[in-house]
Amino acid sequence: MEQKTAPVLEMRNITKRFPGVIANDNISLTLHRGEVHSLLGENGAGKSTLMNILYGLQQPDSGGIWMHGKPVRLQSPADAIKHGIGMIHQHFMLVPSLTVAENVALGLRSKRHPLTNLKTVAHRIQELSEKYRLQVDPNAYVWQLAVGERQRVEIIKALYRDASILILDEPTAVLTPPEVDDLFVTFQQMAANGRSMIFISHKLHEVLQLSDRITVLRHGRITGETFPQETDRRQLAQMMVGREVQMAPNKSEVRPGSVMLDIEGLFAPGDRGGDAVRNLRLQVKSGEIVGIAGVSGNGQRELAEAISGLRKPRAGKVQINGTVLRTSCPKSARKAGLAYVPEERMRDGAIGDFNIKENLILLDHGDTKFCRPSGMLRFAKIKEHCNRLVDEFNVKTPDLETPTKHLSGGNIQKLILARELSGNPKVLIAAQPTRGVDIGAAEYIHKRLADERTRGTATVVISEDLDEIMALSDRIAVMYEGEIMGIVERDNASREEIGLMMAGVQRLNAA
Amino acid sequence: MQEVKSKVTSWLIPIGAVIAALALGAIMLLALGAEPLSGYATMFGAAFGNLKGLSATAMKSIPLLLVGVGICISFRANVINIGGEGQMVMGALWATITALSFPHLDSLMLVPLVLLMGILGGAVWGAIPGALKAYFNVSEILSTIMLNIVAVQIMNYLLRGVLIDPGEIERGTRIPQTARLPETSDLPLLFEGLRVHLGFVIALLAAFAVWVLLWRTALGFKLRSVGLSREAARYAGIPVKRSIITALALSGAMAGLAGAILVFGSESHRMVTDGSSTGFTGSAGFNGIVVALFAGLHPLWSIPSSLLFGGMLVGANALQRAAQVPSALVIALNGLIVVFVVSSEFFRRKLQQHHSARQAIEEDSRLTEENVGS
Repeated sequence: MEQKTAPVLEMRNITKRFPGVIANDNISLTLHRGEVHSLLGENGAGKSTLMNILYGLQQPDSGGIWMHGKPVRLQSPADAIKHGIGMIHQHFMLVPSLTVAENVALGLRSKRHPLTNLKTVAHRIQELSEKYRLQVDPNAYVWQLAVGERQRVEIIKALYRDASILILDEPTAVLTPPEVDDLFVTFQQMAANGRSMIFISHKLHEVLQLSDRITVLRHGRITGETFPQETDRRQLAQMMVGREVQMAPNKSEVRPGSVMLDIEGLFAPGDRGGDAVRNLRLQVKSGEIVGIAGVSGNGQRELAEAISGLRKPRAGKVQINGTVLRTSCPKSARKAGLAYVPEERMRDGAIGDFNIKENLILLDHGDTKFCRPSGMLRFAKIKEHCNRLVDEFNVKTPDLETPTKHLSGGNIQKLILARELSGNPKVLIAAQPTRGVDIGAAEYIHKRLADERTRGTATVVISEDLDEIMALSDRIAVMYEGEIMGIVERDNASREEIGLMMAGVQRLNAA
Repeated sequence: MQEVKSKVTSWLIPIGAVIAALALGAIMLLALGAEPLSGYATMFGAAFGNLKGLSATAMKSIPLLLVGVGICISFRANVINIGGEGQMVMGALWATITALSFPHLDSLMLVPLVLLMGILGGAVWGAIPGALKAYFNVSEILSTIMLNIVAVQIMNYLLRGVLIDPGEIERGTRIPQTARLPETSDLPLLFEGLRVHLGFVIALLAAFAVWVLLWRTALGFKLRSVGLSREAARYAGIPVKRSIITALALSGAMAGLAGAILVFGSESHRMVTDGSSTGFTGSAGFNGIVVALFAGLHPLWSIPSSLLFGGMLVGANALQRAAQVPSALVIALNGLIVVFVVSSEFFRRKLQQHHSARQAIEEDSRLTEENVGS
């Protein structure tokens, strides 16, 4: 079938250079009717550049685009839309104060121009939503919708414009597993109706589940093209990174010790009032990793901040190694033995304008080992300490004087981890430890977390990435709307059960 | 190599800003009926052309430098101190009152004592808006400006009241000034026949001390972390509120020292005002901000920066005498330099962003290349 007709889309020998770097080096990509073609690659591999070229946002330096066998020039997103290309962005492009129908009609010329014809639009949305099982109320305001619903609105927007080619840029990043499953049914339905899709993701199992064909990019070049039935996660990861990747860290046998972190009846306010964390109870023993799963925005960040003293809890208490923490006092939490790898690593975790050295001594610059009684810093000692940390944690940097903001996300995260672990903590909270981090660094960070477990640290890993949670945890707690829906032993955990708890459908009584 | 390139541009930018400002100033000189080239020659000749001029320039630069290095401290902690004027006044008042109260102390005791009181007076006047900011989230920009006015009114009240020279009352002239302060409080001159005094050396030492403070001590490290990211500092357990107060107090201390030096290094050896808001300070509390910004908030660069702006003040006076060009021209020139520096800063940042984005991409590909190799 594939050979009979010209491909819907052909990108031929696309090359795009930016000063000092080749973002796309002679990339060719074809897409057939009804095909889901996955594009896999790490941050900076050139996926976004390629898709920006396809969507008319950037022009290639050489190479061209053919559609249905004819060359086309896509000089703006308007051109791309005209040619039936739709893009579903990772970050939703919706106006919250407008209804679904208004959002869909936005930017389209109404048939009754200059008047609107929202009724017709709403009617058509209804049709589409039935056809593709995309449940959405056209008259609901976008701000009322949950993330999953907003995602559907984005897809409907593209379908409404009759896009025959859809670029799906990490569409599952914010969804729960059941929502992902529903979404995939929709995508398959769309493919069956002859629409073609380019699916961008770094979640390997999703790529394997959904694609007809997989293209892997690394450093702007194609490193492999394969089919899901001929490959597996390990091989895909290897193509992405260029070497063997260990998918889950080796965890040694550790018998959990005494309770190191004890949270009781914790209530913490959210940013917009109300309680983001409600009556939370959790105990973590030394030598144990508890994973906190959940769709982001269900109180995980507030929980981490309340434990670390950055957010004042409304009620409840937190004990570390037997010491009850003073509320809203990061220093007392640290003194008790807490280390915290924050979710917002460039806001809370490190200072971009500080160099490596300065960020590494952010916590203990006042200690006698780094500071004379006169208040003068001991630079020789500091340098020695920092060099050791940089070596030990494999932070890739030209030197200690490099501004931290010039490092890659993975290296910044390793730097933060180095600093946090250098004080031999009793309790470690790691929030989204590998988000936006390349596979190599993620692998390393996982290994360090597993090492901390062996050392006897009580660790809490908060992550949206269920694979990460499953790979690291001894026990898994699922958070939904500020509460723990249930805690399961890793060995008895099923993705389905966790998915239902993440969606708030099912609750387990405390494990 | 890129490092070198960025160093060169960071040098060129302020120089370019000065040249651009002078070029625009030339048009203003023409409009005022003066010949620009000879006008500038007069200005720079008077300020830097001979020993007397250099001495006068150094004198003018003292308060600018001290206020400027204070500004370096507070701005580095991301606290905006517009209160240099008031802090200078309060430092001068505390020092003056101390000198009048202990007229019999010898010079070795009295000079350090009055300078210390100047430092304390300024520090207290700086700590007040600091505490308001830290505990009640009052904008320090507003509170420091308002405290300038309060300080000037206190000064006017005292200089017209209890501190007034009894001679002024006898003569009935009632000029708001103190009596001649004890001679043991005079700042010693550095060279025979030149007006420049010990205050200049103190200001240079203060600039160096502030550099040490900011880049060599734990306290400076804390202040800079708070300045760059309050969130990250708080998360690291650094007391953010206390740091804000400390930054403003230290900044005020430098301005207070400037005020005290202004009194004890003056030719009349009195504290004098003309009743206007900048009558005592000569606007050094504001111009010090310009000095610090021009120096890129670096205390050591503030030294040449303060000499430049001090020299312009001296030069503008000379120009006024020689060509009847109002010395207010120098205010316009200062303003132009600031505009050019600030806007070039904008371009520099853009350049840098561009640069670092590119560097990040390069670095990333290089490192992953290494990864592949390993």
